[in-house]
Order: sequence, then C-alpha cells, then structure tokens
Amino acid sequence: MSRLKFTREDQAQRILDDLYANLGRRIAAAPRGNCPVELTRAFLTLSLAQSCGKCIPCRIGLDRLSALLNSLLDGTGTEEDLQTVLRTAQTIADSADCAIGYEAAQMVLDGFQAFQDDYLAHATQGSCTANFTSVPCVDLCPAHVDIPGYIALTGEGRCADAVRLIRKDNPFPSVCALVCEHPCESHCRRTVVDAPLNIRSIKRYAMDNAGDVPAPTCAPATGKKVAIVGGGPSGLTAAYFLSLMGHKCTVFDKNPKLGGMLRYGIPAYRLPGDYLERDINTILSTGVEVHSNCAIGRDVTLEQLRQDYDSVYLAIGASTHKNLGIPGEDATGVLSAIQLLEATIRKENPDFTGKRVVVVGGGNVAMDASRTAIRLGASSVTCVYRRRIADMTALPEEIEGALAEGVEVESLKAPVRVETDENGQVVGLVVQPQIIGKVMGGRPSPSKADKPEELIPCDIILMAVGQAVDSGDFAQSGVPTKRDNIVTLSDSSVPGVAGVFSGGDGVSGPATVILAIAAGKVAAANIDNYLGFHHEISADVEVPAASFRLTNACGRVDPTERPSHERKTDFALMEHCMSQQEAVQECSRCLRCDHYGYAGFRGGREEKW
Amino acid sequence: MVTLIIDNKTVTVPKGTTILEAAKEVDIHIPSLCYLKEINEVASCRVCCVEVEGINKLAAACNTPVEEGMVIRTNTQRVRLARKTNLELILSQHTDHCVSCVRSGNCSLQKLANDMNLYDLPYPKAITKRPWDWHLPIIRINSKCIKCLRCINICEKIQSLGVWEMAGTGTHAIVRVKGGLKMNEVNCAYCGQCITHCPVGALRERDDTEQVFAALADPSKTVVFQVAPAVRAAWGDGLGLPPEEATEKRMAAAIRALGADYVFDTNFSADLTIMEEGSEFIQRMTHPGESPMPMFTSCCPGWVRFLKLEYPELVPHLSTAKSPQQMFGAVTKSYFAEKIGVDPKDIYCVSIMPCTAKKYESNVPEVNDASDKDVDMVLTTRELDRMLRSLHVNVKNLPEEEFDSPLGEGTGAAVIFGATGGVMEAALRSAHFLLTGQNPDPDAFQEVRGSKGWREATFDINRTTVRLAVASGLSNARDLVEAIRHGQAKYDFVEVMACPGGCAGGGGQPFRDGQELAEERGARLYDLDAANPVRFSHENTQVHKLYADYLEQPLGHKSHHLLHTDQTKWTL
Repeated sequence: MSRLKFTREDQAQRILDDLYANLGRRIAAAPRGNCPVELTRAFLTLSLAQSCGKCIPCRIGLDRLSALLNSLLDGTGTEEDLQTVLRTAQTIADSADCAIGYEAAQMVLDGFQAFQDDYLAHATQGSCTANFTSVPCVDLCPAHVDIPGYIALTGEGRCADAVRLIRKDNPFPSVCALVCEHPCESHCRRTVVDAPLNIRSIKRYAMDNAGDVPAPTCAPATGKKVAIVGGGPSGLTAAYFLSLMGHKCTVFDKNPKLGGMLRYGIPAYRLPGDYLERDINTILSTGVEVHSNCAIGRDVTLEQLRQDYDSVYLAIGASTHKNLGIPGEDATGVLSAIQLLEATIRKENPDFTGKRVVVVGGGNVAMDASRTAIRLGASSVTCVYRRRIADMTALPEEIEGALAEGVEVESLKAPVRVETDENGQVVGLVVQPQIIGKVMGGRPSPSKADKPEELIPCDIILMAVGQAVDSGDFAQSGVPTKRDNIVTLSDSSVPGVAGVFSGGDGVSGPATVILAIAAGKVAAANIDNYLGFHHEISADVEVPAASFRLTNACGRVDPTERPSHERKTDFALMEHCMSQQEAVQECSRCLRCDHYGYAGFRGGREEKW
Repeated sequence: MVTLIIDNKTVTVPKGTTILEAAKEVDIHIPSLCYLKEINEVASCRVCCVEVEGINKLAAACNTPVEEGMVIRTNTQRVRLARKTNLELILSQHTDHCVSCVRSGNCSLQKLANDMNLYDLPYPKAITKRPWDWHLPIIRINSKCIKCLRCINICEKIQSLGVWEMAGTGTHAIVRVKGGLKMNEVNCAYCGQCITHCPVGALRERDDTEQVFAALADPSKTVVFQVAPAVRAAWGDGLGLPPEEATEKRMAAAIRALGADYVFDTNFSADLTIMEEGSEFIQRMTHPGESPMPMFTSCCPGWVRFLKLEYPELVPHLSTAKSPQQMFGAVTKSYFAEKIGVDPKDIYCVSIMPCTAKKYESNVPEVNDASDKDVDMVLTTRELDRMLRSLHVNVKNLPEEEFDSPLGEGTGAAVIFGATGGVMEAALRSAHFLLTGQNPDPDAFQEVRGSKGWREATFDINRTTVRLAVASGLSNARDLVEAIRHGQAKYDFVEVMACPGGCAGGGGQPFRDGQELAEERGARLYDLDAANPVRFSHENTQVHKLYADYLEQPLGHKSHHLLHTDQTKWTL
C-alpha cells in the first residue's frame, strides 16, 4: 500500500458540489415573506444532513429541535415547547463539538430573536400570517416599477409602451437605465434556474429604442401650488407626479442646472448629459416651473415658501463632502472627490497630466473619482481603502472597471496624515497598515496592524469618504433634524411643520437614485392627499399575457463595454447597449412572476397608485 | 380571435380565453379542481394541466390564455400521470373518510379520484388538524381542506369580507380565519358562500338534524315546521328529484313524512312581514325626518350582520321588522299556541332555510320575544334533504299534499322573497294598495327583478316618487352603501340579500360544483308567483285573520312586541 495517495474529485462529488451551488443560488433568490419557522426547520434539516453523527447535541439535538419546530408548524406546539426550543438550541450552541452543530443552533437562536412574534403566533394560533410577496423584483424595487410588465413589452418590441409603463412609477427611466443599482435583480426568481435577469440592461435597450415618448396629459388643474426644494431625482419625481395630478409645481435649485447628484455627482462616461436631459425634459413638459440658482436661506426662506405655496417638498440631497479630519487635509492638492466630479461636469477639467493621484475611500464616488482622474491624464491613480476590496461598498462592476483602467487599490491602509512640502503642497499620504478582524454589525472591521506606517508619494489627494446633508438653514426654520438628516414620518411628512414633506438623500443620507425616486413618489401621493385629493396614477398600457417561458437554463446577457484602453481617454459613455437579439433572448428568460406562482392567487400587478 | 388545435380539433376563440374554456367549445372536458371561473383562477391543484407542443412544461389550462397556432393535447400519458400523481398528493393531505363525509357523492375530489382510477395510494398520510368551535353555524374541517383557496377568493371578491386567509408557507400553508381568530371574532356574515363553493367537505354547516329527530321522537313535543320560500326551488336537488317533480306540495308531504305535526310555510310570515315592513315604510315616507332614510330591508341575517359589523352607524336605517323566520316563530309560540291550546314550551319550532346565517339569527335574544326561543332549530335545505334520505323517504312517489292551516297559507308575493328583488316587489304591490286603496297590476314592478348585482328603479305611486335599489352579494351591497354614504346615490327603500341572487342562491342550499343555480331557482319562484291565484300579501286570508283575532293592526302594540326588534340593541 502506498504511503500517500493523490485523489481526484470524482463524478459524484462534482454533482454534489453542483447541487450545493444550485442550493446557494436558491437561497440567494429566496422569496421574501416565507414563514421563518419553516425556513429555520429546513436549514436545521440541511445542517443535520451535514452532521457526522459523533456528538449528542448535534446528532440528536438538531433532530429534536427540528421535531419541535415541526410541532409548531403543524399547530400542535405550545408556548412550553417554545421554551424547550430555546433551551435545546442554547445547549447545542454551548456544547456541540464543532461548527456544524453550534452554528446551526446559533442560527435557531438568532432567528428566534428576530422573529419572536412569528414563533409566538405558531405556539398560540397554530400559524403565522403568510406575508409572501408575488413578484420579487417589483417588491424589491423601492419605486415598485412594473418590471415583468416592461420586460414583456420590450420583448415584444413595444419599447415606447415599456417606457410609459416605467414612468407610471419612475420618471427617470433613462437615468436608471444606466446607473440604477438594480436591487430588483437581487432576488430575481430566475436565479433559481441560472442567474438573475439583466433588468437594468433591458431597460437601457427599451430606452434606446423607444424614440420620443411624451409624458401623459395632466389632470385638470387643481389650483394648488407645491414648492419643491431641490431639483435632484427625488424633487423632480415629486414634481412630475404632482404635475400629472394637476398641481402647479415650482422647483427651486441652488445650481444652474437641474439633476442634483445625477448631474454633478456622476461622471459622463457612466451617465452622459443627454440621457439625463431626456428624463428632465419629459418631467418639465408637464408644466413644472424652475427657479435655478436659487438657494433656500439665501434667496428665499422656507417661511416664504410655506406662505406662498400650499405644500412644500424638501428634497435637498446630501451633496456636501465629508472630511477625514487628518492633519494636512487642507493642503494644496487635497480635493474633495465630489468637487472634482462637479468640475468635470462643468467642463472645467483640471489637468492631471503626469500627476500621481491618491483617492481615499471605497465607495462608488471613490471609483468615479479614480476613473475620472485616469481620464484627466494622471500618471498613476491609487485608491486607498482601510478595509479589503471585498468590503468596498462600490458596485463590483465599478471596482472591476476601475482596475481594468489601471487604478491601483491599496487595501487595508488607513490614512494617517497628509505630507506636504515647504509650500504646503501635497507630497504624499502617510497610511497605517491594517489587519482585518472581528465581524461587527455584519462587517469585518479593520484595526491597526503590527506594521510601520507607510508613505504613498503623490501630488493630488481626492477625498471620497462620504457626503453629508446641509440642513442648517432648515433646522433654523424649525425642521427637525437628526445628525443633519431631516426627520420625517413614514408618509414623508415633516412632523411639527404642517404641509412640509421631505425625502431623498436629505432624509436618508447618501443613498441610491432609485431610493430618492421612490421617496419622491411616496411624497407626491401623500402631498396629493394632504391637498385634499386622491388622484390616481396609471399607465394606459396593456401588458402582454404571460406566455410560455424559456425555463431551460440559459446564460444571462451582460452588456459589453468599450475597451479600457480606449474608454479611459475620454468621457464618452462606456457601456454598450444590448443588441435586439440579446434583448429578445434576455426578456424571454423572465419567469413572469406577475402571472405564475403566488401571483396567480394574490395578483402580480398594481395597475395604479 | 385566436385559432388553435386541441386534441386534433381546430377551435377559434376570442383573445384572452383560457385553454380550459377553449376546450369546452369543442366539447373537450379538461378536469379541474380549484378552478372557479373568474373567481379562483389560481392554478394551484395542477389537475387541469395539459401538454402544449414546443413547451417543456405542462401548462395549467385554467389560467393559461390561448395563443395563435397552439397545439394542445389534453390526454397524453404524461398529462394523465401528472394529474393522477397530483391527485394522489392532494389525497395524502386529505382526510378521505368519504363514507362519513357530508359531501360524499357531491365531492369534486371524490369524483375526480374515482374518474382517474385512483385506488392504491402510494403516499403516507400527512393530515393537519386544527381546532374549531363546533357551535358556530359554519364548520371548517382543516384535515379535509385541499387549499384550493376558493373560500378565500369568494369571500373577498363576491362578499368583500375577506374572512379567510392563507397562513404559513410551504407544506404548512393552511387556510384559516384571518389573524388566527375565531369566526365569531371577525366580520363574518355567516352567509355560507364559502360552503357552497368548497369543492370538498372542508366547509359545511353545523349539522343540527339529530336534535330535530329527537324532538320528532318526543311525544310531549308538538313539532311545527316552517319552510322558507327559496327551499321549494332547490330541495329536490339534494335528492336527485328533477324540478318538475320537486313541487311545493310534494315537499309539504315529505316534511310530513318526517313526522312533523304541522307543516307550515314561511310564506305566511313573509306576507306578514310585508304588512309590517310595508306599513313601516309608508310611515317613514309620510313622516320625513323622524327616521333615517333610505329604509333597509331586515329579512336577511347575513346582510343585517354585515351592516352591524361594517357600518354600525347605518343600523338605524334597518327596518325594525323581524325576519319572516322570527315572525313565524313568534306567531307560532303565541297566537298558534293559544289557538291549539298547547303550552309554547311544548312546541318545537323547526325552520328549514336556504341559509346558514339563520342558524345564528335564531339565537339572538333580541329576536326572541314570544318565548326563550321562538325558533328552536334552524336546518338548511341540505339538512332537510339529509333527514329525508336518512329516513329513506321515497319522495319521488309521495303524493302531493297541502300545507297545514292556518300558518301554511302564502301568496305569490311571499314566494318571491326567495329571489333577489322579491321582497321589494312584494312590498311595492302592497304599498300601492295601502296608498291608493287599489291593487296594481301584480307585474307592475317587475323592473326590480334581474340578476344584476345592484339594480335601481323609480316608481310613481299615488303621485309620490319612490326611489328603490336592490342588491345581492355583499360586495355589491358594499358598493351601494358606500354610494349612499358619499351622497352619490339617493334612495327611499333598499333591499339587500347577502347571497348573490338572493336566498335562491343561499349558502344553505344544495349545490353543484361550478354551477351558479340562483338564477334558475329564482325563475322557479317567479313561476310559482305567477301561478298563485293570490299575488298580494295583503290578501292573505290567514294573515287577515291573525290581525283580526290577535294582532289587531300592523305596527300595533302586539305587533310591535312580537314582530319588531330594536336593531340598535341587537349587537354582535
């Protein structure tokens, strides 16, 4: 017999691994609203299947836990059984010999903490109330855009109708076609088969092929006037819907042009101005009046607006940059990333030719700044981040794109101070290497590593460490704030200030464009109610009946980009649109959750709101 | 139009038609279980699945719209096996004690399982039992529920109440009263539409037949039966008796064959209701400002419960007149008891109703004034049929017999109480007489008939304009009430029946899965009205005699005590 043996993965193991991968996708695409007790029991069963059987707590305990949960599920379990569940789970968590046992039990304990009401409902009423959602993508889209509807329309080549349907919930289809973070894709049921649909790219195809799609006609004028402070996605969304409802809307914006962060915070290679203009023009075509270069507190006061208008919507965004608070931050050559992006939008491009640029931060703005610096001719761009690349909050495709364009990432480096020369000009950034450690709040946190400080020599430092809300003037007018963010109720009204509503980044802090749009939609509905109306917004578009779908596994179409060596020299849009062939295939992958599955019972479409 | 091929037959149907409906056009029957046209097209049972050429999955015929050029096969081996397996799976979670199930012989699952040749079931049983309060008029047996979800949708869409919900997920998904509450803790009208649309025996009325058998066997009891108008249009259905044989008089004979001492007719008290409610209406019309208008009818306990639960502020609109059932009980235990010299305690009053809510109503203290319990027991039409079957009464060969006197006399106006619009029409016929002193043409008010869920009409009686509305089905009733509340509709008199089509479609009637029988049963009642020589409630001679000998006059002191109730005191 040989002393050592080299083993190859056998066929059976490969199939098992495939099954695990399949299961992983299924878990990732888990529908929302499943009974948590049912899921916990299922995970217990899986854990038990992984148990070797050596130790009591895992071998028997997990099985008995599963039996107890079963009794809760079939309505025979009691409150006493709940106590036994807890005691058993705690014992397994405390005394199992390996992670297969104690982690499984910990999952039960964590689940119990989070879903106490559901567990109690099972013990006292036999079941919890199912809160299953029909259509995952619509549910997860903050604006609840009718995604299966517009995919079906796009698949039939009815792109203009697709745009009309999107606009029922979101007046920024053109912008979202390029820069939406697409939370809709995260639980797409298609993931169970192969991969989520490329929803954002389908929207891009629809937009690029829809031609001119005018806004619907407005309801008869109500005589009511609404002031909207901030011409970003949230303010303009509210203005669009309120105009459609027949209210006269006036947008006040401190900048010369509308769009907010969409215009001044996103580089043109990701969102060219004409895409933004297209949405803004449609919104303005409904009769929205605009006062640009008009800042609240400077040119007009909130009190005046409250007097002159029947309602006010504050959509002030989060556009001021944050500082790190390290020595030397005020040196020449240290810029805020947002200011750089704004300057390039204004076509006031600084010349970085031959400059070594360091970007501090790991979010999308850091990536935008890094890639912009490359396009401005920097000889090197180094992105400094105190955690790992895996912990960056930027979208993976943004990081990938930046790396492809030559951006270096120095991860696990915490900025300590800016080094300057005798003229106060930046010569480098001193960083302290970090070690990744304990998971806190769901994220591994870095701490100081046993390594000496390092100097990263550079000529320019771009700070991309977050943005803040500039709410000082509003707070003085009595608008409640919490850490600078405006405080609202769930109907987006500002408590204590009658007739004033607020939403978007100014309330949430910096977030995504679709969240800002959703906030504008919610505010529009509630302002309409506040003004004493109940207008309904709908789209006069008939969605094609659900047809048989492509259920055999099929790859997801990802859009291609201009080659990095070419795109990094200019600010032209870098992403290609899908071809018609690709769009039709991608649309046909949609499983039509608006018809199949739970939608057959609870419906899959809100035709109006 | 869309053209497709089903089992080699070409069929052309309008766009949007489902495969199942298209197949019917060419006489191809695709079996189904959960499907209820336009109400429950949820495709949950997967029994209607069919093969579609070019598609790798089977399609649910019930909610898949046809497409141009589709080629469908409804009976391949793959389809048959899928149907069979799905049925076997349903049966593994279903208590199939068919011999002791009230739905045996009228169960869609039983029929399908038999049709599909299912005998050796491969799966171990996994039955979920849930507790139920057996005192409620409606009984739910979870272990028989196949989660077709019909009850949820019928209650939500047709009755606008949403009493049922789906709870839990996965294999533990169940149907239950919303929030896990008891039925008497939520806004249930007890209409029983969930029962008549359940494909299996998971829902039924509380069976009270044994108590009636016991009373019939008790020599100290004088057992008096009353039979609601709509019962005569449906009682034969549960006995396999065709309508032409299931006559009113044969029904009277059948009940007598059970051992009843007196076979009376709720038609009598329907006429009495018209005298009281009609007079009340004229009183309200001629004394504006004293009582809220419009006046709502109060004979349907499902509707009365609905109003009290959903719109308590509108309760004063309800007529104070009791329902014909309770008027009958009150007269039986006072006037009639006196007349035959029997202590009311020794009279056992049984009521045969097309209704499950009547079981509730008979226990309401505010409508029991002649004794502790004016109507001792309420049975549905289905329970009557079951009593007849259990006594092996050969109804087919029974000679026809008359109802007993005095409380067995009813007019044509009374019998149409069983159809939507009937109470209104009967009231109008007598109101016309009371206001003008002359009988109208008995068919003068037939505009209020029909199957539309919410109808309205305006009549000029003695230079007074009377604006009327009639609704059946509580969703329609809700629309009507909302329109009144928002000032969008103005009426003087409103009739509401909780069940679509009125009592003819009542939740206590015999039923056949997938068929709505209210309209044809209602038509039978209108035929009986037309054939009755007396078509005005105020011409019921025994009602006259009742007033002359006992009650004195409509809305009089005794009537007030026995035949009316304080709707505001009757709370839920």
